[in-house]
Amino acid sequence: MQFSEHWLREWVDPPVPTETLVEQLTMAGLEVESVRPVAAEFSGIVIADVTEVHPHAEADELKVCQVSIGHGKTSTVVCAAPNVRVGMRAPFADVGATLPEGRRITAVEIRGVESQGMLCSAAEIGLGGDDGEGLMELPADAPLGKDLHEFLSLEDSSIEVAITPNRGDCLSIAGIAREVGVLNGCEVHGPPYEPVQDAIKDTQSIEIDAPEACPRYVGRVIQGVNLSVCTPIWICERLRRSGLRSVNAVVDVTNYVMLELGQPMHAFDLEKLHGAVHVRYSSGNERLESLDGQDIALESDTLVIADEQRVLALAGIIGGLDSGVSEATQHIFLESAFFTPRAIAGRARRFGLHTDSSYRFERGVDFELQRRAVERMTTLLVGICGGEPGPVVDCCFKDNLPKRVPITLRSARLERLVGLSIPDKTVNDVLAKLGMEFKRSKGAWKVTPPSFRFDVAIEADLIEEVVRVQGYDTIPSRIPQGGLKIQGSRESQVPLSNIRQTLVDRGYHEAITYSFVDPKLQALLAPNDHAIPLVNPIASDMSVMRTSLWPGLVQALMYNQKRQQVRVRLFECGLVFRRGAELEQENMLAGAISGAAYAEQWGIPARPADFYDLKGDVEALLRLASDPGEVDFRPVDHPALHPGQAAGIFRQGRRVGLMGSLHPTIARDLEISQTVLVYELQLCEVMQGRLSRFIQPSKYPSIRRDIALVVDKAVPATDVLNFVAKSATDVLKHLQLFDVYEGEGIDPGKKSLALGLTFQGSSSTLIDGEVDAIVEGILTGLKKEFGITLRE
Amino acid sequence: MQDGLKKIVADAEHAVGSVRDLAALEQVRVKFLGKKGLLTLRLKELHKLPAEKRPRAGEEINQAKRTVQQAVETRRLVLESERLEDKLVGGRIDVTLPGRGQRSGGLHPITLTLERIEALFSKIGFEIVEGPEIEDDYHNFEALNIPSHHPARAMHDTFYFDDRTLLRTHTSPVQIRVMKEHRPPLRVIAPGRVYRRDSDVTHSPMFHQVEGYMVDRCVSFADLKGVLEDFMRNYFEEDLKLRFRPSYFPFTEPSAEVDIQCVICEGRGCRVCGESGWLEVLGCGMIHPTVLDNVGIDNEVFTGFAFGMGVERLSMLRYGIDDIRLFFENDLRFLEQFG
Repeated sequence: MQFSEHWLREWVDPPVPTETLVEQLTMAGLEVESVRPVAAEFSGIVIADVTEVHPHAEADELKVCQVSIGHGKTSTVVCAAPNVRVGMRAPFADVGATLPEGRRITAVEIRGVESQGMLCSAAEIGLGGDDGEGLMELPADAPLGKDLHEFLSLEDSSIEVAITPNRGDCLSIAGIAREVGVLNGCEVHGPPYEPVQDAIKDTQSIEIDAPEACPRYVGRVIQGVNLSVCTPIWICERLRRSGLRSVNAVVDVTNYVMLELGQPMHAFDLEKLHGAVHVRYSSGNERLESLDGQDIALESDTLVIADEQRVLALAGIIGGLDSGVSEATQHIFLESAFFTPRAIAGRARRFGLHTDSSYRFERGVDFELQRRAVERMTTLLVGICGGEPGPVVDCCFKDNLPKRVPITLRSARLERLVGLSIPDKTVNDVLAKLGMEFKRSKGAWKVTPPSFRFDVAIEADLIEEVVRVQGYDTIPSRIPQGGLKIQGSRESQVPLSNIRQTLVDRGYHEAITYSFVDPKLQALLAPNDHAIPLVNPIASDMSVMRTSLWPGLVQALMYNQKRQQVRVRLFECGLVFRRGAELEQENMLAGAISGAAYAEQWGIPARPADFYDLKGDVEALLRLASDPGEVDFRPVDHPALHPGQAAGIFRQGRRVGLMGSLHPTIARDLEISQTVLVYELQLCEVMQGRLSRFIQPSKYPSIRRDIALVVDKAVPATDVLNFVAKSATDVLKHLQLFDVYEGEGIDPGKKSLALGLTFQGSSSTLIDGEVDAIVEGILTGLKKEFGITLRE
Repeated sequence: MQDGLKKIVADAEHAVGSVRDLAALEQVRVKFLGKKGLLTLRLKELHKLPAEKRPRAGEEINQAKRTVQQAVETRRLVLESERLEDKLVGGRIDVTLPGRGQRSGGLHPITLTLERIEALFSKIGFEIVEGPEIEDDYHNFEALNIPSHHPARAMHDTFYFDDRTLLRTHTSPVQIRVMKEHRPPLRVIAPGRVYRRDSDVTHSPMFHQVEGYMVDRCVSFADLKGVLEDFMRNYFEEDLKLRFRPSYFPFTEPSAEVDIQCVICEGRGCRVCGESGWLEVLGCGMIHPTVLDNVGIDNEVFTGFAFGMGVERLSMLRYGIDDIRLFFENDLRFLEQFG
């Protein structure tokens, strides 16, 4: 809601400067978003009459004009405006005047003619309008030579207030004035309510078919209006200062009354109406071409204004094109109705039509305002366009009007909810100022809110009103009291912060990527997942929910690669979304790395990170919560991963994650030049550990045996290790794979695995013979199971 | 002393004096004092002398042994100290070279901010609860007193999957989920991602919010003011002024917007605060009786406050970040600047 401070002060004029007024509004819940001067800074611009217009001898587009500012003073001015004509009054910047941005006017020669000043357009002096619109047209009776500032009262501010959805009653000068009156304790007086005598008997019949949606419809016929006249400049200026443009006299006056009183109205061309005007719901298969040219398919919950042949308007939202007024219109029918918020809410949004009218009806318009608004409109319109008004027809279903039910406000509740004791007298005072009717009885008030307040329905609403007017700053601050109860925590659960820190310590930066991703990238990286699409995405490359954290991380990696980052290590934790039998939302932890294993440094030879670097990170994560023995990595096929470098991650046989090297063809398609390694784990599996249990270490000496095995390349190392661990007795305390070798000395197709076995008895010292026997047994088993031999 | 013995001692002393390392010294020692050393042999040959000469001769040989031993020990100390000196000189390194190993990465500034907010509220007994991001209309709107045609829905530009399913526009649905399960007293904060269809320098279609609330028998607006003042001052580590302005949220009544004194200009007015000296940082209020009703908590017995703050906003103010989109570009040059 934007308005002119002058206009407001015409209604209520507290003895406070603008800054204080603005501060008061903000602190009362009407947040002032901006205060702007209504004109740019200029001086020396006066009203002039164009007395002569001649063509410029040297240039077709220029004219040489004589301009008079009274007292016999005339100036010669060269002017390019297309609308300049003899007898026109326009702003004139005389020699010595200053235009906005400090431009000084001097006499200048233009193509051989001296121009002694400049005729101005509205845009040139910061009064709105577009460049190229031509000179600003002032009224024919504007006093010659008068300073434009004075003439237009430009010492004014445009104040813009953000009105919250509950305060529809403040969407007018009248409403803002009411608030200012309450806050300053001053009288509010608008223009007097003057019913206009009817000059003719003509009426338009009105049928309300949906009284629950439209309990009141007030109409009036005005005959013989002249719509070719201009809107008076004072109305145009007030509209402009309120952020509205002048259109034509009828529209301007409608807007003016809406801004002044808060009642949206509509004018029909009476001659385009056929029979009675009906307020009804649409049948559902009707269409309307709206004033702004949209062809709208109506739905059965759309309230419309119709005559006996067709739909005329979307009730409370917008009028139709062919029943609207035009310059040729002679007779009009004015509508001033009350549509209930419920009947209008959401409809405008559905049709993409946010109008000043729907904005107000959705929030609630005073249901006792309609008649007053029609009279005000008639006064103004007849004053401008002439015409003869008929009698006002007030069609009202009283039972369907909103009810204002008395609300109980208890002193004790007020004190308890606010934490401050407010004297009864103050409460009485505030309620009275707000226009509430009330009765005081034992510790409580019975309060009936006024017709313009749609937001006061329960006790808490009244409490807010009291403290709002009183000022929130009068409420003390208090440290709340609460029971000192310990919040339990599970020690077996690894805190997320430890998990994050582990990755940070291993050189990762944490990323946060959008939860909605590019469907193409997702299809590339997780083609088997069923991604959930958004109905109304903000962009096509953010249109499906991620089923994996990989698309976001890979995209971030590409972003950095394009910015010359050769080494990238990123991780993210967050939800992924899948549509299975039901909607699944699962917390995952994922990482993506590319580039060197270690940042470039002097002591470590440079080499690109590979699968095993990534696996080291994954193992470090899993070790936070699980025993190494529980975890297993198995080769898997995944369409996004290199077929020979992809592993499923298993914990106690459950698949908990996936890791591998991005498939080279995908990397190529994404124009990624380096190897990219990725993993993804279920976060709950990384977090869910168990409590540690102490086991007494053996006090007997240990014996170590190293064996080098020649193994078929195809046999996974983990199978060999698991077999060894399984076939040894519990005296095998530790098993370490300390070397893997292929090449000279080993048959092609084979590899050598070097294992270190540490044996230790828990109740006695082991002797060599016992250990030898165990190792012998293991070797026999390995030979039988895998054909493994000892390396010579 | 016999001349032969004198010569041996003189030879030994010469040999000791000319060795350059400990191994050579050991050889010299063995040559003169070892089991088959020259002086040892002399002792072994004593029995060849007449008995009356033996004590004197023996004493002379022992004297010679001691002299040689002394010379060897003295020389050993010198050589050892020389060897240590060589080792120290040879072991000199450039201590200014950088250390080796994996360099640390860092946490995202949003995580740093969230962890800070969570830590501060945890200290006064608020529990941290999370909830789903794909929500239903009931939890995101209906239960929070925002029926389908409510104008307040326009304030939440919502992403939809279908008529009933959407991306949560705030973390307030968590409030509903917790209150349906648990009875007061409740002190909870709900951090997480939220989504609105909006994108520019100050709006992102995805951002983070922390909603907090407290429900108990005697919770008042004064408590709300106290908690938020305490929080803001601790978060910014400054004795900030706060300003509570009446506002409107369907799920609180009375409602307020909270401004803090601008942390950039200390309230004098600057570009960041639009010359007002104030920064809007959160919305709050007393939980609406209808919301308590919806979750089956008796609003005559219990009252509560709730607040919701934008994490990006607090992070931007804290770290001097001027464009919300930077948070989600994940540019390493940005990420590297944070813990």
